[in-house]
Amino acid sequence: MAQATAVKKPDIKKIKKIIENSPQDKKQLIMILQDIQRELHYLPIEALQEVAAYLGLSYSHVYSAATFYKSFSLVPRGEITIRVCKGTACHIKGADLILDQLKAGIGVGAGETSPDLKYTVEVVNCVGACAMAPVMIVNDKYFGEVKCSRAVRIAEKG
Amino acid sequence: MKLDSIKKLDAWQKECRKKLDSQKTKVLVCLGPGCLAGGSDIILKEFENILKTKKIPGITLEAVKKTGCHGFCARGPMVVIEPAGIFYTKVKKTDVKDIIEKTLMKGEIIERLLYKNPDTEEIYKDWRKIPFYARQQRIALRNVGQIDPDEITDYIANGGYSALAKVLGTMKPRQVIEEVTKSGLRGRGGAGFPTGKKWATCAREVSDIRYVLCNGDEGDPGAFMDRCIMEGDPHTVLEGMIICAYAVGSTEGYMYVREEYPLAVVNLQKAIEDAYEHGLLGKNILGTDHSFDIKISRGGGAFVCGESSALMKSIAGEIGEPRAKYVRSVQKGLYDKPTVLNNVESYANIPEIINKGADWFASIGTKKSTGTKAFSLAGKVRNTGLIEVPMGVTLREIIFEIGGGVLDGREFKAVQTGGPSGGCLPASKLDLPVDFDTLTENGSMMGSGGMIIMDDRTCMVDVARYFLNFLVEESCGKCVPCREGLFQLHQLCLKVCNGEATEEDLALMERLSKTIVKASLCGLGQSGPNPFTSTAMYFRDEYMAHIKDHKCPGGVCKKLITYRVNDECNGCMACIRVCNSNAITGVKKQKHVIDEVKCDRCGACYAVCNFEAIDIV
Repeated sequence: MAQATAVKKPDIKKIKKIIENSPQDKKQLIMILQDIQRELHYLPIEALQEVAAYLGLSYSHVYSAATFYKSFSLVPRGEITIRVCKGTACHIKGADLILDQLKAGIGVGAGETSPDLKYTVEVVNCVGACAMAPVMIVNDKYFGEVKCSRAVRIAEKG
Repeated sequence: MKLDSIKKLDAWQKECRKKLDSQKTKVLVCLGPGCLAGGSDIILKEFENILKTKKIPGITLEAVKKTGCHGFCARGPMVVIEPAGIFYTKVKKTDVKDIIEKTLMKGEIIERLLYKNPDTEEIYKDWRKIPFYARQQRIALRNVGQIDPDEITDYIANGGYSALAKVLGTMKPRQVIEEVTKSGLRGRGGAGFPTGKKWATCAREVSDIRYVLCNGDEGDPGAFMDRCIMEGDPHTVLEGMIICAYAVGSTEGYMYVREEYPLAVVNLQKAIEDAYEHGLLGKNILGTDHSFDIKISRGGGAFVCGESSALMKSIAGEIGEPRAKYVRSVQKGLYDKPTVLNNVESYANIPEIINKGADWFASIGTKKSTGTKAFSLAGKVRNTGLIEVPMGVTLREIIFEIGGGVLDGREFKAVQTGGPSGGCLPASKLDLPVDFDTLTENGSMMGSGGMIIMDDRTCMVDVARYFLNFLVEESCGKCVPCREGLFQLHQLCLKVCNGEATEEDLALMERLSKTIVKASLCGLGQSGPNPFTSTAMYFRDEYMAHIKDHKCPGGVCKKLITYRVNDECNGCMACIRVCNSNAITGVKKQKHVIDEVKCDRCGACYAVCNFEAIDIV
């Protein structure tokens, strides 16, 4: 995986604010991690430690949850997240072609982040827009029936 | 307004109906996932912008409604004008002005936007007559695409919460369970367990607290029915859950929704808030003794969390690993308390069963699989979209009459049902009736309702490899047969795709599959080899072609194919632009040439060529 080089120190204050706005209940673990992920686009180690302390859980417990669920990332992600759906319908309609074009066009392969933290390309297992396969999502905007020749343009322009 | 009695609900319903009917013409803009990808949010905005400045008699801003998925995603974005049923397809922002000026103001129909049957050239003015819709019967999806999911009044006006009122006012919990049992409703999540039986078992358990959960973790790739229900008609799910809670004696419930469906979470949250505000959730619902709370729990993107015991662990904030089920979760589920877990679509059926009666529901479908089933049609089919049909219709009817046949007139090869736990059925099985038992007997399964159509350009070995890869990634890793077995099965399948496998490898794959099925802990592993076993059973010749002839008949497996330019090439250079390995040479208006050594077989040239000038050999 291409490692991000421009990592800034995570904003502890921001993390603490998110944590303290959540109920102090062990059941909330996944929800809190999701909220931090949404804000920072990844889960820094400091966040996991803070969450563990707040909920009275061991660090290993929080770490296991953060690595079990696919929607969490422990490494920083790019400013623009490009999700390429690889559900069954997208697979047979050429999702791999989109990934190939992105790798060649913006230099970021599946699961990678560009060194300047601009792009992250993620593969997702079905976003439930199968009727429009193949689908790619740039940040939160959906693009259906994506032709591979347009993939790079969609990624760059959104 | 808090409704503290059933009478007040009745009065409010009349009021809502009256208000809705006062809008003579309604403009429904579909904001389902398919249409949204086509930009239907821009169309909705355009309607609002124009209507804000333009006064049209009889049409106000309120007449324009956003709805959930209308179903016919292949023709989206769509705008439907009711009650006439005028159905405008592939609408663009620039068409909005025309729709307002011609259709809304003058009553003219814009023919170019209507649906035209590509085979018969017939033009349809009323969407209900289009074959895609005419053959459907909608129970769970009755409101999806017809109402604004954000407006509780829309749901109420369409008879919403009247089933709840009937249950609370006139039925004992036992009677509710009897009614659901009599309806023959089976779980729509895939396994098809009788819903009434599940409720009865839970109600019998002695416990201080019982939980009612809704499984909205629609993880099967290729399935989006539950998403459309949660986004398009969230209240029906809530009503089903509240009725279930009354029947089993529960006061606390959770909606488990997968992270990938943010709009479903938003719409459900709004629905829950509205239900609380109107006294339909919370303490003393409609002034009765029944109290019930619902909270939303967001999933973390793990497929295994659709499994009951894993889902319950995930709600409890733990990692979602399943447990062995010596004791069923209806007895010991969430926090070890009796728990009813049903799928979104199952709950969506409940209000209609209560309103129209178990006998009515049982009269639809087949004897052992009653009612209807929602399916998402996707893949290489012409009419992709969301459908609901009575159980027992044949695959042929679904794919060729509703679905309109295979895309681009190619040859049908297989239909995949049931997601990664299901299987692929060949053309010889097209006349099978679609119900729980028939599909299982034939090596596939109903699953949650994803239906992917594949044509002759699909490689069945690659499809098996695709699903195995999916399952290897999604296996939680707790039990060895699933974690290691599926991994090895995937490796062997990869060997077949690369043309390196022997017949012994195939035999080994079959033996290994049997072990995985027998020894795995949960449904993920137990049904994991299905994609392989079903394709190996029905498409053995394709496996043999890979193994013996080192050929991929579908033209997919990269190591076994080469791309060549044929004489149709007119030198448009489109393929050269997408070729990332610089393997194609040629100048404008002259036939291009692919360098087989440089070519990495990505297939981009084949995908972009508009002249069928590239052959796969």
